[in-house]
Amino acid sequence: MSIDQSTAAKVAKLARIKVEDDALPALASEFNTILGFIEQLNEVDVEGVEPMTSVTPQRLKRREDVVNDGSQQEKVLANAPDAREGFFAVPKVVE
Amino acid sequence: MLDLTYETPKIKTIAGAKHDWELVIGMEVHAQVSSNAKLFSGASTQFGSEPNSNVAFVDAAMPGMLPVINEYCIEQAVRTGLGLKAEINLKSAFDRKNYFYPDLPQGYQISQLYHPIVGEGEVLVEMGDGVARMVRIERIHMEQDAGKSIHDMDPNMSFVDLNRTGVCLMEIVSRPDIRGPEEAAAYIVKLRQILRYLGTCDGNMQNGNLRADVNVSICRPGQYEKYQETQDFGHLGTRCEIKNMNSMRFIQQAIEVEARRQIAIVEGGGTVDQETRLYDPDKGETRSMRSKEEAHDYRYFPDPDLLPLEIEQAWVDDIAANLPELPDAKKSRFIADFGLTDYDASVLTADVESAAYFEDVAKGRSGKLAANWVINELFGRLKKEDHDITDSPVSPAQLGGIIDLIASDAISGKIAKDLFEIVYTEGGDPSDIVEARGMKQVTDTGAIEAALDEIIAANPAQVEKAKVNPKLAGWFVGQVMKATGGKANPKAVNQLVAQKLGQ
Repeated sequence: MSIDQSTAAKVAKLARIKVEDDALPALASEFNTILGFIEQLNEVDVEGVEPMTSVTPQRLKRREDVVNDGSQQEKVLANAPDAREGFFAVPKVVE
Repeated sequence: MLDLTYETPKIKTIAGAKHDWELVIGMEVHAQVSSNAKLFSGASTQFGSEPNSNVAFVDAAMPGMLPVINEYCIEQAVRTGLGLKAEINLKSAFDRKNYFYPDLPQGYQISQLYHPIVGEGEVLVEMGDGVARMVRIERIHMEQDAGKSIHDMDPNMSFVDLNRTGVCLMEIVSRPDIRGPEEAAAYIVKLRQILRYLGTCDGNMQNGNLRADVNVSICRPGQYEKYQETQDFGHLGTRCEIKNMNSMRFIQQAIEVEARRQIAIVEGGGTVDQETRLYDPDKGETRSMRSKEEAHDYRYFPDPDLLPLEIEQAWVDDIAANLPELPDAKKSRFIADFGLTDYDASVLTADVESAAYFEDVAKGRSGKLAANWVINELFGRLKKEDHDITDSPVSPAQLGGIIDLIASDAISGKIAKDLFEIVYTEGGDPSDIVEARGMKQVTDTGAIEAALDEIIAANPAQVEKAKVNPKLAGWFVGQVMKATGGKANPKAVNQLVAQKLGQ
């Protein structure tokens, strides 16, 4: 699969990263290099091999159903550019 | 052993300008797990708290915070799967669904796309006496809920509350087996009933704890059967998804409206675009959510913060062994053990509390009589005052006491209703009340006879008429009942009247 400039632009838009038009050819070419490497990896036969998810065998850590966090409205809102009446205030987004 | 035999409901058709059309509906129901804490954080799930007060730094997606899964939520997803007779996947995994929205601070939702915890199951959707449809469940996965945006507090700003962010949802995905608006509503009713029996979700639709995305498409008669044979969606029309419905009434309206919109497009020579739509109940129309179009490219990938979720068969077996009796089984048992009708059994098993109440009343008594009193008298009275079975002023023991008095002929059915009203409003032991207020039925024929003799003596003309027209005997019965304050045993009165009038 090869990535053209419009695909690169779309990926950038989906990721909300602003990319100037003149930077698109280089970006597309980088994507292609990465995908090329992945295609190379895909040539390895991994039939029947479980994906490795951690270096040492581990079980997904669980928590109990206990409320032991929260009640920190001020801290949660501390970095908000705009907060009002306990809410984050953002430019209007309405369907 | 508990298989209910049923017929499948008739498929609803909608007449277009040119043809008849059928509906094909699949649903994605989001059910909030009744947990104390969120899926991946220790913040509370309490509804209606101060905005942004139930937020851990994990939920706010602060840098470096890692999710740790709530074991109780896993258990509830498994319970729900078992309750829907579904396969449980001992190994599942979490994926990131990437999109940007102000109420999603992470920029992605943690969900289970590739390896859901629950696989295929089924729900029997009842549509009245002996009519039901088996709706197949495709999968159930766990995922995080998003926050809540409020748009009406300021003309230029939206206000965001992250209290709901990260609360555990079970997304229950059905196959497109639902064939009309009524079936869709009945499906939600049944699913909600099962979830409430299991205790995995409180089913509160008003608070948004149970909401549905409804996929609607149309097809010509015969096409659906082709799809069933081949499981090839090509035989069906293009579907549209109506998002976020949390009212049974609106779900039905939206399906009807959306189907008619699609019929008009197709009959007009156009094609239906696959898209996400919103139902506007005020205008009675669905409209496209254009903003969602592009966001549909979610770029899912396995969440690197979470190892695959592995559970043990023994743990699943343990959960299975402790499942409560579910609605279908309970209903079958009520029909078999108490001789109830399909309808009565449905009403009494609608929720666990009503069923338990009824069983207490019916224990050692006539099931039919108990069902009658619980449904007609008690439910009727509770409804009048907006009471719930859980705060019924009449206990099962009290209602049972009233039924015992009827069964032993101590009181008549009519007096029993008066007695019920006294117990309901004043409380007390039914048999004590009957004693204290002299409500006992008069079965002593001597006393009834004396009263009847007096009436006969005072109304010679009526007696003559009644001899010619036996129907007039009822008048004498009525007079005796009146004279005895309604306490005379109606059977005894009828007999005596017939005897005395020489019938």
